[in-house]
Amino acid sequence: MSFKTLAKVGLIAGAVIGAVVAAEATDISGAGATFPYPIYSKWAAAYKTETGDSLNYQSIGSGGGIKQIEARLVTFGATDKPLEVADLDKNGLVQWPQVMGGIVPVINLDGIAAGSIILDGPTLAKIFLGEIKTWDDPAIAKLNSGVKLPSTAIAVVHRADGSGTTFNFTDYLSKVSPDWKAKVGSATAVQWPVGIGAKGNEGVANNVVQTKGAVGYVEYAYALQNKMTYTKLINGAGKVVAPTAGAFAAAAANADWAHAPGFHLILTNQPGDASWPITAATFILLPKQPKDEPAAKAALKFFAWAFDKGGPAAESLDYIPIPAAVVTLIKKTWADDVKGADGKALVN
Amino acid sequence: MADIAVKSGRVIDEAAARARVLTGFKFRDTAFRWLTLSAAVIVLLLLGGVIATLINGSIPAFKAFGFRFLFTNVWNPATGQYGAPAAVYGTVITSIIAMVIAVPIGLGVAIFLTELCPHALRRPIGTAIELLAGIPSIIYGLWGLFVLAPFLQQHVQPLLIGLFAKVPVFNILFAGPPYGIGLLTAGLILAIMVIPFVSAVSRDVFDTVPPLLKEAGYGNGFTTWEVISNIVIPYTRVGVLGGVMLGLGRALGETMAVTFVIGNADVIPTSLMAPGTTISAAIANEFTEAVDELYTSSLIELGLILFVITFVVLSISRLMLMRLERQAGR
Repeated sequence: MSFKTLAKVGLIAGAVIGAVVAAEATDISGAGATFPYPIYSKWAAAYKTETGDSLNYQSIGSGGGIKQIEARLVTFGATDKPLEVADLDKNGLVQWPQVMGGIVPVINLDGIAAGSIILDGPTLAKIFLGEIKTWDDPAIAKLNSGVKLPSTAIAVVHRADGSGTTFNFTDYLSKVSPDWKAKVGSATAVQWPVGIGAKGNEGVANNVVQTKGAVGYVEYAYALQNKMTYTKLINGAGKVVAPTAGAFAAAAANADWAHAPGFHLILTNQPGDASWPITAATFILLPKQPKDEPAAKAALKFFAWAFDKGGPAAESLDYIPIPAAVVTLIKKTWADDVKGADGKALVN
Repeated sequence: MADIAVKSGRVIDEAAARARVLTGFKFRDTAFRWLTLSAAVIVLLLLGGVIATLINGSIPAFKAFGFRFLFTNVWNPATGQYGAPAAVYGTVITSIIAMVIAVPIGLGVAIFLTELCPHALRRPIGTAIELLAGIPSIIYGLWGLFVLAPFLQQHVQPLLIGLFAKVPVFNILFAGPPYGIGLLTAGLILAIMVIPFVSAVSRDVFDTVPPLLKEAGYGNGFTTWEVISNIVIPYTRVGVLGGVMLGLGRALGETMAVTFVIGNADVIPTSLMAPGTTISAAIANEFTEAVDELYTSSLIELGLILFVITFVVLSISRLMLMRLERQAGR
């Protein structure tokens, strides 16, 4: 038998074994947040070709994801707004951040290039409270000496649909502006004092592009893909930062994950000179004692694979991978908290 | 004897066969009756199920807010305070705008089609109007956002603001800034979506006017306008009203198209050009991310309120249509 024939036989055998493995492959089901849907589906496609395990993710919104995992209708749930530890315990769930993104203020001003306007948190809050009404307001001018600001009226555009983006954006404003915290607060949808509501990131982006003098907030990927004019921000350390992958990663790396029970940590306004102040993570929810153990085990394998090998795919879609140190903490949580019916850890 | 026996035997056989056939008929009639009855009952059960679900879902919100829900103008998920007025106001105002525009146009189309239109054109125009009803609402929403809103923003709204700047009341209703989207734009989109309903129903009831009546009118020297205003409209008044109510029902419940162009702000604006919200837009926007029980329950209670409003409107329209049918049968 020549080497060629051997190789052929080997290939066929491999294919047969592959087919058998594929036939026995586990179906992982997940539901929840819409924000990470593009990357979860991209990871799922790559993972299926590599292992045969398929992941079916329905992006029905964080609220739906939480309800479905509480009712144990899916293998895992996904949410943009982390659950409180009490809620996790009540429902027997573990939680961890899976991937991150950034939220950027976008503007539409004639003659102003991307990144040439600088804002800080309190000023941004005043704009969204309707207290700053024109672009040449002294508060904005003070931060942008040398830039010729027009006297255009500010048109505020916000999300109309409930969203994790709104939650993180309003959480940031609440942290930097006591006024905002008292009058509006933070939630997936809030009672906006001024402005018009548009549906989805694409709706906000479209309305900002259509309206002169508009200001809105979208996920970084949308600002990039639509070539929108974003602003720089002054972060908690008082430094001017531009929205970049590095600045988002810095926020995640500087966050104190180790002392956040249940990984309940919101990445806005994190310390560090390089941290982008409106960084957001999206979270996975999994039962501590899964009903369908093989599926839960397969899900954990998938998420471990995503942490280890999914980085480049995430970056190609303008998501930010979770820093390695945090991944170590997450894997420790899996080993400690996710148990089978026999009381043994599902993964080590 | 034998003959008679045979004969009576045959008679008995015939009677039995006849009875069998009759029982068969009776059985089939009974079965048919039960079949149709159960079909009707299923619809009622479904309706009851919807009502029960809505009521059951709104209990937490009702417990928390009671009737304040209807009167306190607040919608703040951050603090867990909810109230319906802004959404109800937007729903009612956009529907009124839609009806004010759609009723005259829809009636005009129906009158033209039944009384004035050359026969060759009736079918194409009628079909075109009905096609408008077949366009999915999301398409209206996209068209509204990308075509109608920018057009209104650049050309119509500045004109309206300038025109009414010094007219009392109207200077409040048409106050700037021209966003392009808002209650007025939503009302316009709704009007376009409602026109086919009004015109189709009106056309059908106009066709119920006996030709004899119209001929009598023309015989007395009436002009076409006099025939329409003195004979056709009075004769079909109630039916037309039914069509209008059906259109109103659609306007009240429309979701996607409105969500795109209304601006989605939980406020009661005094200006028609300002952003507002409607019940269905609020539910569609916020339901997926509504996490805690009170939030979801408040959205469901909004749904219950919309159900009640629509139910009342449609019941009135059904009653009116029934009266028309009785009139026609007279």
